[in-house]
Amino acid sequence: MNVRAQALLWVAQRYSAMVLALCVIVHLITMIYAVRNGLSAAEILGRTRGNTAWAGFYALFVAAVAIHAPIGLRNIISETLGWRGRSLDIAVLVIGLLLVLWGLRAVWAVFG
Amino acid sequence: MSTLSVKVWRGTESGHYQEFEVPRLESQTVLDVVTYIQRSLDPTLSYRFACRVGMCGSCAMTVNGKARWTCRTHVSKVAENDCIEIAPLHNLPVVKDLVTDMQPFFDKWAQAQGRFQGNKTRKDDFERVQPESRERTLVDAGIECIGCGVCYSSCDVVAWNPDYLGPAALNRAWTLVNDVRDTGNKTRLAAVAGDAGCHACHTHMSCTERCPKQLSPTAGIAGLKRAVLTAALKGEL
Repeated sequence: MNVRAQALLWVAQRYSAMVLALCVIVHLITMIYAVRNGLSAAEILGRTRGNTAWAGFYALFVAAVAIHAPIGLRNIISETLGWRGRSLDIAVLVIGLLLVLWGLRAVWAVFG
Repeated sequence: MSTLSVKVWRGTESGHYQEFEVPRLESQTVLDVVTYIQRSLDPTLSYRFACRVGMCGSCAMTVNGKARWTCRTHVSKVAENDCIEIAPLHNLPVVKDLVTDMQPFFDKWAQAQGRFQGNKTRKDDFERVQPESRERTLVDAGIECIGCGVCYSSCDVVAWNPDYLGPAALNRAWTLVNDVRDTGNKTRLAAVAGDAGCHACHTHMSCTERCPKQLSPTAGIAGLKRAVLTAALKGEL
């Protein structure tokens, strides 16, 4: 991976962190609201099913996680285990794609 | 006369601490202690120093676990119960006792394009740089580095990633990035970007905390990150 790509990964991680900070706050407020008002699973699904705003929000959340986590994991692995190079890049890319897959599956489960 | 109990590293990468009793004097520096040991107790002790006044950057050692310039470090500041432990700098190969091989440290200055690259000849007029200009102010903030290696020895990222250029080399690059006379910034920014460059810094700030010249390599590294981003967005990286 060339230095330009490495620099852009750093930028992507910083911007995805900003999105994540916002998403986590909204998610926590939503969870606290749901628990304190005693909403049942059916009532929650009633609000999320067919709601494109919530689906869009959680799709954004998933995208931010899928960008942020693999880049951070790449740094942690290279610094703690000394694993570097193309094989590590492919491994974290696979992890990123799995996060997209699992995340969007969860979003679809409460939307569809 | 009171004495100081001093543990000194002997050997190379593997070795042991040897204990010495050194007379405790007023205004005594750690370098004075090491010099006393070598001249009066054990002439086989190896260490490095030159100017003794905080200019040359050659006497840095690890004192009670922290990298310091020993010629300007008073024993009264670091001794704990009249004991001090002196070891070679971390993150560098040990040649013998308190002497480290500084070559990897200075090789990284070269890798970071730490050499001034101008395009004027002796026939050209002097470049006029306003002392209060933004660029010159940024250069002033980092230019007093004496190359002692304290920041490099204190950096966690250097310990984790041996390819990392380190705070001193990146600080040097930052002073040149802001030097309006320099013409080598395109290749310099590429040299200091990425996994082994400024983007590897975790902003732990150990370099800034321990720099004996009170410089902030962390601030310079942050500046390099911004400069690299600008260059990358312009397609100049």
